[in-house]
Amino acid sequence: MSTDELWTLAVILGLAVATVVARSFFFISDKAWQLPHWAQRGLQFAPIAALSAVVVPEVVMSQGALITTWQDARLFAAAVGVAVYVAKRNVLLTIVLGMAVYLPLHLGLGW
Amino acid sequence: MFWRKNVREHPEFKIGMADFGPQALGIVAWGLMIGVAMVNSGMGTLAAVVMALLVFAGSSQLAAIPLIVAGAPAWVVLATAFCVNLRFVVFSLHLRPFVIHLPRWTRLAVGYFITDNGYVLFTKRFHVPGRTDEERLAQVAYLAGANSLNWASWMLSSLVGIALAHSIPPAWGLGFAGILCLLGMQCSLASSRLRILASVVAGVTAVWVYHLPLRLNIVTAIAVAVMVCMSAERLKPTSAPGGHA
Repeated sequence: MSTDELWTLAVILGLAVATVVARSFFFISDKAWQLPHWAQRGLQFAPIAALSAVVVPEVVMSQGALITTWQDARLFAAAVGVAVYVAKRNVLLTIVLGMAVYLPLHLGLGW
Repeated sequence: MFWRKNVREHPEFKIGMADFGPQALGIVAWGLMIGVAMVNSGMGTLAAVVMALLVFAGSSQLAAIPLIVAGAPAWVVLATAFCVNLRFVVFSLHLRPFVIHLPRWTRLAVGYFITDNGYVLFTKRFHVPGRTDEERLAQVAYLAGANSLNWASWMLSSLVGIALAHSIPPAWGLGFAGILCLLGMQCSLASSRLRILASVVAGVTAVWVYHLPLRLNIVTAIAVAVMVCMSAERLKPTSAPGGHA
Protein backbone atom coordinates (compact mmCIF):
# COMPACT_ATOMS: atom_id res chain seq x y z
CA MET A 1 0.00 0.00 0.00
CA SER A 2 1.42 3.37 -0.99
CA THR A 3 1.69 6.33 1.37
CA ASP A 4 -0.94 8.11 -0.77
CA GLU A 5 -3.41 5.35 -0.08
CA LEU A 6 -2.57 5.36 3.62
CA TRP A 7 -3.09 9.13 3.73
CA THR A 8 -6.46 8.75 2.00
CA LEU A 9 -7.53 6.08 4.49
CA ALA A 10 -6.42 8.29 7.41
CA VAL A 11 -8.45 11.22 6.05
CA ILE A 12 -11.47 8.93 5.64
CA LEU A 13 -11.10 7.81 9.25
CA GLY A 14 -10.94 11.48 10.25
CA LEU A 15 -14.09 12.12 8.21
CA ALA A 16 -15.88 9.37 10.08
CA VAL A 17 -14.87 10.87 13.43
CA ALA A 18 -15.80 14.41 12.33
CA THR A 19 -19.19 13.15 11.17
CA VAL A 20 -19.98 11.35 14.42
CA VAL A 21 -18.83 14.33 16.49
CA ALA A 22 -21.02 16.73 14.47
CA ARG A 23 -24.04 14.47 14.66
CA SER A 24 -23.73 13.79 18.40
CA PHE A 25 -22.41 17.25 19.24
CA PHE A 26 -24.87 18.28 21.95
CA PHE A 27 -25.35 14.85 23.46
CA ILE A 28 -21.74 13.72 23.82
CA SER A 29 -21.56 15.17 27.33
CA ASP A 30 -24.28 14.25 29.82
CA LYS A 31 -23.74 17.14 32.23
CA ALA A 32 -27.09 18.59 33.30
CA TRP A 33 -27.97 21.42 31.00
CA GLN A 34 -31.22 22.99 29.88
CA LEU A 35 -31.95 24.34 26.43
CA PRO A 36 -33.14 27.99 26.63
CA HIS A 37 -36.78 28.52 25.70
CA TRP A 38 -36.02 30.72 22.68
CA ALA A 39 -33.82 27.98 21.24
CA GLN A 40 -36.59 25.45 21.66
CA ARG A 41 -38.92 27.72 19.67
CA GLY A 42 -36.32 28.25 16.98
CA LEU A 43 -35.65 24.55 16.60
CA GLN A 44 -39.03 23.82 15.06
CA PHE A 45 -37.93 25.78 11.99
CA ALA A 46 -34.41 24.30 11.69
CA PRO A 47 -35.17 20.95 10.00
CA ILE A 48 -37.23 22.32 7.13
CA ALA A 49 -34.76 25.17 6.70
CA ALA A 50 -31.83 22.72 6.50
CA LEU A 51 -33.57 20.53 3.93
CA SER A 52 -34.54 23.54 1.86
CA ALA A 53 -30.97 24.87 2.01
CA VAL A 54 -29.65 21.56 0.65
CA VAL A 55 -32.42 20.94 -1.90
CA VAL A 56 -33.04 24.34 -3.52
CA PRO A 57 -29.48 24.90 -4.82
CA GLU A 58 -29.50 21.33 -6.18
CA VAL A 59 -32.59 22.19 -8.23
CA VAL A 60 -31.96 25.74 -9.46
CA MET A 61 -28.16 25.92 -9.70
CA SER A 62 -25.62 24.42 -12.00
CA GLN A 63 -21.84 24.63 -11.49
CA GLY A 64 -22.22 27.26 -8.78
CA ALA A 65 -24.47 29.63 -10.75
CA LEU A 66 -28.21 30.13 -10.94
CA ILE A 67 -29.51 28.45 -14.10
CA THR A 68 -30.72 30.84 -16.78
CA THR A 69 -32.96 28.48 -18.74
CA TRP A 70 -36.32 26.92 -17.94
CA GLN A 71 -35.28 23.91 -20.03
CA ASP A 72 -33.92 22.00 -17.06
CA ALA A 73 -35.34 18.61 -16.16
CA ARG A 74 -34.81 19.28 -12.44
CA LEU A 75 -37.27 22.20 -12.39
CA PHE A 76 -40.08 20.12 -13.85
CA ALA A 77 -39.29 17.08 -11.73
CA ALA A 78 -39.23 19.17 -8.54
CA ALA A 79 -42.48 20.94 -9.45
CA VAL A 80 -44.17 17.60 -10.13
CA GLY A 81 -42.67 16.19 -6.92
CA VAL A 82 -44.15 19.01 -4.81
CA ALA A 83 -47.54 18.73 -6.56
CA VAL A 84 -47.59 14.95 -6.04
CA TYR A 85 -46.73 15.36 -2.36
CA VAL A 86 -49.44 17.98 -1.83
CA ALA A 87 -52.02 15.79 -3.59
CA LYS A 88 -51.06 12.37 -2.21
CA ARG A 89 -48.95 13.01 0.95
CA ASN A 90 -46.59 10.22 -0.11
CA VAL A 91 -42.78 10.53 -0.31
CA LEU A 92 -42.31 7.39 -2.40
CA LEU A 93 -44.77 8.62 -5.07
CA THR A 94 -42.96 11.97 -5.00
CA ILE A 95 -39.68 10.22 -5.86
CA VAL A 96 -41.15 7.84 -8.45
CA LEU A 97 -43.25 10.39 -10.36
CA GLY A 98 -40.53 13.04 -10.04
CA MET A 99 -38.01 10.63 -11.63
CA ALA A 100 -40.65 9.66 -14.24
CA VAL A 101 -40.59 13.30 -15.32
CA TYR A 102 -36.84 13.80 -14.82
CA LEU A 103 -35.40 10.85 -16.74
CA PRO A 104 -37.22 11.34 -20.09
CA LEU A 105 -36.49 15.08 -20.08
CA HIS A 106 -32.88 14.61 -18.98
CA LEU A 107 -31.95 11.58 -21.09
CA GLY A 108 -34.41 12.11 -23.96
CA LEU A 109 -34.18 15.85 -24.51
CA GLY A 110 -30.86 16.48 -22.80
CA TRP A 111 -32.40 19.08 -20.39
CA MET B 1 -30.06 0.50 19.74
CA PHE B 2 -30.77 -2.43 17.47
CA TRP B 3 -28.17 -4.74 18.96
CA ARG B 4 -30.39 -5.08 22.02
CA LYS B 5 -33.11 -7.68 21.78
CA ASN B 6 -35.73 -5.68 23.67
CA VAL B 7 -35.22 -2.84 21.18
CA ARG B 8 -35.46 -5.07 18.11
CA GLU B 9 -38.56 -6.86 19.37
CA HIS B 10 -40.39 -3.71 20.40
CA PRO B 11 -43.39 -2.96 18.11
CA GLU B 12 -42.01 0.54 17.50
CA PHE B 13 -38.96 -0.99 15.77
CA LYS B 14 -41.21 -2.30 12.98
CA ILE B 15 -43.16 0.96 12.83
CA GLY B 16 -39.89 2.85 12.37
CA MET B 17 -38.88 0.51 9.54
CA ALA B 18 -42.32 0.82 7.92
CA ASP B 19 -42.21 4.62 8.13
CA PHE B 20 -38.79 4.63 6.55
CA GLY B 21 -39.85 2.20 3.80
CA PRO B 22 -41.13 4.74 1.27
CA GLN B 23 -37.87 6.70 1.54
CA ALA B 24 -35.64 3.68 1.00
CA LEU B 25 -35.96 3.95 -2.78
CA GLY B 26 -34.55 7.47 -2.77
CA ILE B 27 -31.75 6.38 -0.44
CA VAL B 28 -30.92 3.43 -2.70
CA ALA B 29 -30.70 5.65 -5.77
CA TRP B 30 -28.59 8.17 -3.85
CA GLY B 31 -26.31 5.47 -2.43
CA LEU B 32 -25.81 4.03 -5.91
CA MET B 33 -24.90 7.45 -7.22
CA ILE B 34 -22.41 8.14 -4.40
CA GLY B 35 -20.84 4.69 -4.86
CA VAL B 36 -20.39 5.43 -8.54
CA ALA B 37 -19.18 8.97 -7.83
CA MET B 38 -16.51 7.79 -5.38
CA VAL B 39 -14.96 5.38 -7.88
CA ASN B 40 -15.39 7.67 -10.91
CA SER B 41 -13.59 10.46 -9.06
CA GLY B 42 -10.43 8.37 -9.01
CA MET B 43 -10.49 7.03 -5.44
CA GLY B 44 -9.32 3.46 -5.17
CA THR B 45 -11.94 0.77 -4.65
CA LEU B 46 -10.64 0.02 -1.15
CA ALA B 47 -10.85 3.67 -0.11
CA ALA B 48 -14.36 3.90 -1.57
CA VAL B 49 -15.54 0.84 0.38
CA VAL B 50 -13.96 2.08 3.62
CA MET B 51 -15.54 5.50 3.11
CA ALA B 52 -18.99 4.02 2.48
CA LEU B 53 -18.81 1.86 5.60
CA LEU B 54 -17.27 4.35 8.03
CA VAL B 55 -18.57 7.74 7.04
CA PHE B 56 -22.24 7.04 6.16
CA ALA B 57 -22.99 10.65 5.23
CA GLY B 58 -23.94 11.26 1.62
CA SER B 59 -23.67 15.03 1.52
CA SER B 60 -20.33 15.26 3.32
CA GLN B 61 -18.94 12.35 1.27
CA LEU B 62 -19.96 14.20 -1.90
CA ALA B 63 -18.31 17.37 -0.62
CA ALA B 64 -15.13 15.60 0.56
CA ILE B 65 -14.45 13.40 -2.47
CA PRO B 66 -13.17 16.11 -4.84
CA LEU B 67 -11.01 17.56 -2.03
CA ILE B 68 -9.44 14.19 -1.22
CA VAL B 69 -8.78 13.42 -4.86
CA ALA B 70 -7.23 16.87 -5.36
CA GLY B 71 -4.94 16.23 -2.37
CA ALA B 72 -6.33 19.10 -0.26
CA PRO B 73 -4.89 19.43 3.27
CA ALA B 74 -6.59 17.08 5.70
CA TRP B 75 -7.93 19.92 7.86
CA VAL B 76 -9.74 21.42 4.86
CA VAL B 77 -11.39 18.08 4.09
CA LEU B 78 -12.42 17.61 7.73
CA ALA B 79 -13.60 21.21 8.17
CA THR B 80 -15.70 20.92 5.03
CA ALA B 81 -17.27 17.67 6.19
CA PHE B 82 -18.00 19.16 9.60
CA CYS B 83 -19.67 22.23 8.09
CA VAL B 84 -21.77 20.22 5.68
CA ASN B 85 -22.82 18.32 8.78
CA LEU B 86 -23.47 21.45 10.86
CA ARG B 87 -27.20 20.98 10.45
CA PHE B 88 -26.74 17.81 12.49
CA VAL B 89 -25.22 19.87 15.31
CA VAL B 90 -28.56 21.67 15.40
CA PHE B 91 -30.40 18.35 15.24
CA SER B 92 -28.27 16.98 18.11
CA LEU B 93 -29.42 19.89 20.27
CA HIS B 94 -33.00 18.90 19.51
CA LEU B 95 -32.41 15.17 20.07
CA ARG B 96 -30.44 15.58 23.31
CA PRO B 97 -33.35 15.19 25.75
CA PHE B 98 -34.55 12.14 23.80
CA VAL B 99 -31.27 10.19 23.97
CA ILE B 100 -29.38 11.54 26.98
CA HIS B 101 -30.62 8.62 29.13
CA LEU B 102 -28.59 6.21 26.96
CA PRO B 103 -24.97 5.26 27.78
CA ARG B 104 -22.38 7.44 26.03
CA TRP B 105 -21.21 4.82 23.52
CA THR B 106 -24.79 4.18 22.52
CA ARG B 107 -25.30 7.92 22.08
CA LEU B 108 -22.25 8.04 19.80
CA ALA B 109 -23.78 5.15 17.86
CA VAL B 110 -26.96 7.24 17.51
CA GLY B 111 -24.70 9.96 16.10
CA TYR B 112 -23.26 7.56 13.56
CA PHE B 113 -26.64 6.21 12.45
CA ILE B 114 -28.73 9.38 12.41
CA THR B 115 -29.44 10.97 9.02
CA ASP B 116 -31.71 13.74 7.75
CA ASN B 117 -34.45 11.22 7.04
CA GLY B 118 -34.14 9.50 10.39
CA TYR B 119 -34.16 12.80 12.27
CA VAL B 120 -37.21 14.10 10.42
CA LEU B 121 -39.21 10.90 10.91
CA PHE B 122 -38.29 10.70 14.58
CA THR B 123 -39.15 14.29 15.43
CA LYS B 124 -42.40 14.05 13.47
CA ARG B 125 -43.48 11.06 15.55
CA PHE B 126 -42.19 12.16 18.95
CA HIS B 127 -42.68 15.73 20.12
CA VAL B 128 -41.64 15.32 23.76
CA PRO B 129 -38.93 13.12 25.32
CA GLY B 130 -40.17 9.92 26.96
CA ARG B 131 -41.14 10.37 30.62
CA THR B 132 -41.16 6.70 31.62
CA ASP B 133 -38.73 3.87 30.84
CA GLU B 134 -41.34 2.32 28.55
CA GLU B 135 -41.79 5.54 26.56
CA ARG B 136 -38.02 5.94 26.27
CA LEU B 137 -37.60 2.38 25.05
CA ALA B 138 -40.36 2.90 22.47
CA GLN B 139 -38.59 6.01 21.15
CA VAL B 140 -35.22 4.28 20.95
CA ALA B 141 -36.85 1.31 19.21
CA TYR B 142 -38.52 3.54 16.62
CA LEU B 143 -35.24 5.35 15.93
CA ALA B 144 -33.35 2.06 15.69
CA GLY B 145 -35.93 0.60 13.30
CA ALA B 146 -35.86 3.57 10.95
CA ASN B 147 -32.06 3.89 11.15
CA SER B 148 -31.30 0.23 10.49
CA LEU B 149 -33.36 0.17 7.29
CA ASN B 150 -31.75 3.47 6.32
CA TRP B 151 -28.26 2.12 6.98
CA ALA B 152 -28.84 -1.21 5.25
CA SER B 153 -30.35 0.32 2.11
CA TRP B 154 -27.58 2.90 1.93
CA MET B 155 -24.70 0.45 2.46
CA LEU B 156 -26.03 -2.13 0.05
CA SER B 157 -26.62 0.44 -2.68
CA SER B 158 -23.26 2.19 -2.09
CA LEU B 159 -21.41 -1.11 -2.40
CA VAL B 160 -23.41 -2.04 -5.51
CA GLY B 161 -22.62 1.43 -6.90
CA ILE B 162 -18.91 0.89 -6.27
CA ALA B 163 -19.09 -2.50 -8.00
CA LEU B 164 -21.04 -1.16 -10.98
CA ALA B 165 -19.17 2.14 -11.19
CA HIS B 166 -17.96 1.53 -14.68
CA SER B 167 -21.37 0.64 -16.11
CA ILE B 168 -23.65 3.40 -14.67
CA PRO B 169 -22.75 6.73 -16.29
CA PRO B 170 -23.08 9.62 -13.79
CA ALA B 171 -24.69 11.56 -16.66
CA TRP B 172 -27.90 9.59 -16.12
CA GLY B 173 -28.45 11.72 -13.06
CA LEU B 174 -29.87 8.91 -10.90
CA GLY B 175 -28.72 10.87 -7.87
CA PHE B 176 -31.57 13.29 -8.41
CA ALA B 177 -33.81 10.69 -6.77
CA GLY B 178 -31.97 11.48 -3.52
CA ILE B 179 -32.85 15.15 -3.92
CA LEU B 180 -36.49 14.27 -4.63
CA CYS B 181 -36.45 12.21 -1.45
CA LEU B 182 -35.23 15.22 0.56
CA LEU B 183 -37.81 17.37 -1.23
CA GLY B 184 -40.62 15.01 -0.22
CA MET B 185 -39.45 15.17 3.40
CA GLN B 186 -39.31 18.93 3.17
CA CYS B 187 -42.95 19.00 1.99
CA SER B 188 -43.96 16.69 4.82
CA LEU B 189 -42.61 19.24 7.31
CA ALA B 190 -44.43 22.19 5.76
CA SER B 191 -47.26 22.03 8.29
CA SER B 192 -47.66 25.75 9.04
CA ARG B 193 -47.27 29.05 7.23
CA LEU B 194 -44.22 29.92 9.30
CA ARG B 195 -42.52 26.67 8.30
CA ILE B 196 -43.26 27.38 4.65
CA LEU B 197 -41.72 30.79 5.22
CA ALA B 198 -38.65 29.08 6.76
CA SER B 199 -38.39 26.89 3.69
CA VAL B 200 -38.56 29.81 1.25
CA VAL B 201 -36.13 32.00 3.22
CA ALA B 202 -33.63 29.16 3.61
CA GLY B 203 -33.83 28.19 -0.06
CA VAL B 204 -33.31 31.75 -1.29
CA THR B 205 -30.50 32.38 1.21
CA ALA B 206 -28.68 29.14 0.35
CA VAL B 207 -28.63 30.16 -3.32
CA TRP B 208 -27.80 33.78 -2.51
CA VAL B 209 -24.68 32.96 -0.45
CA TYR B 210 -23.76 29.82 -2.38
CA HIS B 211 -20.24 31.16 -3.01
CA LEU B 212 -19.31 30.92 0.70
CA PRO B 213 -16.48 28.44 1.32
CA LEU B 214 -16.91 25.05 3.04
CA ARG B 215 -20.60 25.01 2.05
CA LEU B 216 -21.30 27.49 4.84
CA ASN B 217 -24.25 28.65 2.73
CA ILE B 218 -26.29 25.86 4.30
CA VAL B 219 -25.63 26.90 7.89
CA THR B 220 -26.14 30.56 7.01
CA ALA B 221 -29.47 29.75 5.38
CA ILE B 222 -30.65 27.82 8.44
CA ALA B 223 -29.66 30.66 10.77
CA VAL B 224 -31.35 33.35 8.65
CA ALA B 225 -34.53 31.31 8.21
CA VAL B 226 -34.82 30.55 11.94
CA MET B 227 -34.25 34.20 12.87
CA VAL B 228 -36.79 35.47 10.30
CA CYS B 229 -39.41 32.96 11.44
CA MET B 230 -38.90 33.68 15.13
CA SER B 231 -39.33 37.41 14.43
CA ALA B 232 -42.41 36.73 12.31
CA GLU B 233 -43.84 34.59 15.08
CA ARG B 234 -43.33 37.43 17.54
CA LEU B 235 -45.02 39.92 15.22
CA LYS B 236 -48.14 37.79 15.04
CA PRO B 237 -48.80 36.72 18.60
CA THR B 238 -52.49 36.08 17.88
CA SER B 239 -51.87 33.15 15.55
CA ALA B 240 -52.38 29.89 17.37
CA PRO B 241 -49.93 27.08 16.53
CA GLY B 242 -51.14 25.36 13.38
CA GLY B 243 -53.90 27.95 12.92
CA HIS B 244 -54.28 30.38 10.08
CA ALA B 245 -51.97 33.30 10.66
